[in-house]
Amino acid sequence: MIQIFFYLTFALYGCATVAYLAYLVRTTTAVEIWANRLVMAGFVTHLLSTIHRFSSSGHLPITNMHESLSFFALAIVGAFILFERKYKVTILGAFIIPIALLLVVSSSAFPSAIRELNPALKSNWLWIHTIMAFISYAMFTIAFGAAVIYLIQQYFLKKKRLGALFQKLPSLNTLDDINYRCLTIGFPLLTIAIITGAIWAEKAWGTYWSWDPKETWSLITWFIFAALLHSRLTTGWRGKRASLLTIAGFLIMIFTFIGVNLWLPGLHAYK
Amino acid sequence: MTSTDRDFVHSIWDFFCSLKLTMALLIGLAAISIIGTIIPQGALPPEYVQEISPAKLKIYKSLGFFDMYHSWWFILMLYLLTVNLVACSIKRLPHIWKTIKNPVTIFSSAQEKSLSGVVSFPHAGDAAAAKDKVAVFLKSEFAAPLVSESDGDWHFFAQKTPWCRLAVYCVHLSVIIIFIGAIIGSLFGYKGFVNIMEGESISSVMSRSNKQIDLGFSLRCDQFSVAHYANGAPKEFKSILTVLENGKPVPDYTNARVIVNDPLTYKGITFYQSSYGNAGNYFFTVSDLDGKNPVSVTVAGQDSVTLPDGSSMHVTESTKDVSEFAPGLSGPAAQVELHSANGKTESFIVYANHPELNIQHAQQHGVGPVIHYKGAQERMYTGLQVAKDPGVEIVWLGCLLMVLGIYAAFFMSHRRIWVRIQNGIVTIGGNASKNQAGFQLHLERLVSKLKTELSGEKKS
Repeated sequence: MIQIFFYLTFALYGCATVAYLAYLVRTTTAVEIWANRLVMAGFVTHLLSTIHRFSSSGHLPITNMHESLSFFALAIVGAFILFERKYKVTILGAFIIPIALLLVVSSSAFPSAIRELNPALKSNWLWIHTIMAFISYAMFTIAFGAAVIYLIQQYFLKKKRLGALFQKLPSLNTLDDINYRCLTIGFPLLTIAIITGAIWAEKAWGTYWSWDPKETWSLITWFIFAALLHSRLTTGWRGKRASLLTIAGFLIMIFTFIGVNLWLPGLHAYK
Repeated sequence: MTSTDRDFVHSIWDFFCSLKLTMALLIGLAAISIIGTIIPQGALPPEYVQEISPAKLKIYKSLGFFDMYHSWWFILMLYLLTVNLVACSIKRLPHIWKTIKNPVTIFSSAQEKSLSGVVSFPHAGDAAAAKDKVAVFLKSEFAAPLVSESDGDWHFFAQKTPWCRLAVYCVHLSVIIIFIGAIIGSLFGYKGFVNIMEGESISSVMSRSNKQIDLGFSLRCDQFSVAHYANGAPKEFKSILTVLENGKPVPDYTNARVIVNDPLTYKGITFYQSSYGNAGNYFFTVSDLDGKNPVSVTVAGQDSVTLPDGSSMHVTESTKDVSEFAPGLSGPAAQVELHSANGKTESFIVYANHPELNIQHAQQHGVGPVIHYKGAQERMYTGLQVAKDPGVEIVWLGCLLMVLGIYAAFFMSHRRIWVRIQNGIVTIGGNASKNQAGFQLHLERLVSKLKTELSGEKKS
């Protein structure tokens, strides 16, 4: 019973992925409406599943891999729905929703048993620290999606292959706009996540910075996005180079989130 | 200075001001940081030293890979980044400052050409009345304008949040403040560790670099306790601590509770709950298989004792009540590890209330000894992380400044509007330091409203 919303989410994201990929091939209003409906329904069941887990465990469901992968997917889908509304870029879903599906699938591969909270996690900082981190991760994921489409569009332009797909995908300007908007939200939130993490570490471990792998990798992510923002804002680095750096930043962020937990031992290894 | 000297100084200055340097440093710091998360840091585990070749070990050591974040070249890059930040700010700040302090208040035609989306329309009535209307309008709808007259024309200049152009320098300053805090912490602070037995007190701690540090006061552990979840995982561990000055308890620091996430700070030194253990005595009776030659054996804490038959034993875990782990059994039990004289090692549980199980275990192995558990005298100690960091407040100040600065830098914009009344024509234009498209929409709405007010029509 407890898992029913989770499996429903699973199924709905699966259908939504098919619908968005179908939209890439057959761009009709009917497909668009159905893709939107499916992803909305999936988001609602996902939210219910998360709330259910929250109420039965009594803590924010982000304390092991099963919970945090699912929470990450929730944040991505939520961010996608907002961006889709604002920029009217349904097609972005074909690149973002499969990522969410993949995360939910990998989440289900990890043991889902609710575990008791270890003493170090009992703090109100858990809320602000992790929620900020997850929203910033979601923003960087949307930026990644936009960057990938940007590179595809630019390839078409260069080869002068302005076919059907080129017409369907958003314009370079829109993509660049989305990329910038995501960075300006994601970067401040990542900064807050790191700072609140430092405050918490100071309270729990007696030092605000201990070069733990998670800390270091989040700082690496921060350096990369700081570099990207500087290049954009002062020398107007846009387009291809910005897209490539966005993709690099996203891959590093994914490693910060997943790789560090699984492969690098440290204070943050909540498996 | 000769001109080549000047060129040289200039090129150095340009080098430190360049964004290329910033990019290289940020990406370089990111790359170097990775090394420290892959290669073990600090004291190397012996298995690792055996695994890698001596040549590699030597190279890694000389490059500082084993203490990456304190290696000279990592620190050098941080210094370079600081110099880069300061140089960039010095280069750009005067210009920004001028934009804020001495704005262009006359809406000249040159200024007009630098803006996009400038609108002109005629106004009704005389210029003086129009001037008052525009001034009132700007004040109520945007910001109080600076009004000036030039060649009989009226010029208006109004702006919002000009200071947010400084936000980016505020962020740069915050990075430097955080560095200063970190340096102060590493010069005047320390990190250490101390174990305190229940009922005992300490007056010095051991630092990470194995130096004895005198606290200048004493700290007593009055009590230590652990609460467990049903599955045996620790739920909360708690120390009750009292600070003593010259042997006397300090009020407000008497019976202070310290748990994980809730430390105790006294005179700038903070004590964090970190670990715990039992250093009490365990009591056993050891006999031959047939029950002959019983001897009492006391095991102190984690120590190991030698039994009459030459084997040695130590306690790995103990409980006062075994029933929560083994339903049907009751009373105290201890898990012991026995190293026989012939080199065999086995781990098993001995009970206080179930001597038959102890005998049965020994019989299954054919030889003695039979070990009976007689209970323990518990004596817990608390493990405290000790830190003194006089730079930490400065770091928090830097963090606060960084958050405010980033907020202002990303989400606020310096918006300016210029208006001119010339020969019965009103001309209006403006710009924003960020989100120009959004500002343009806002300006269009303002213009249509102003048009209605100046056209002499009655407001509907």
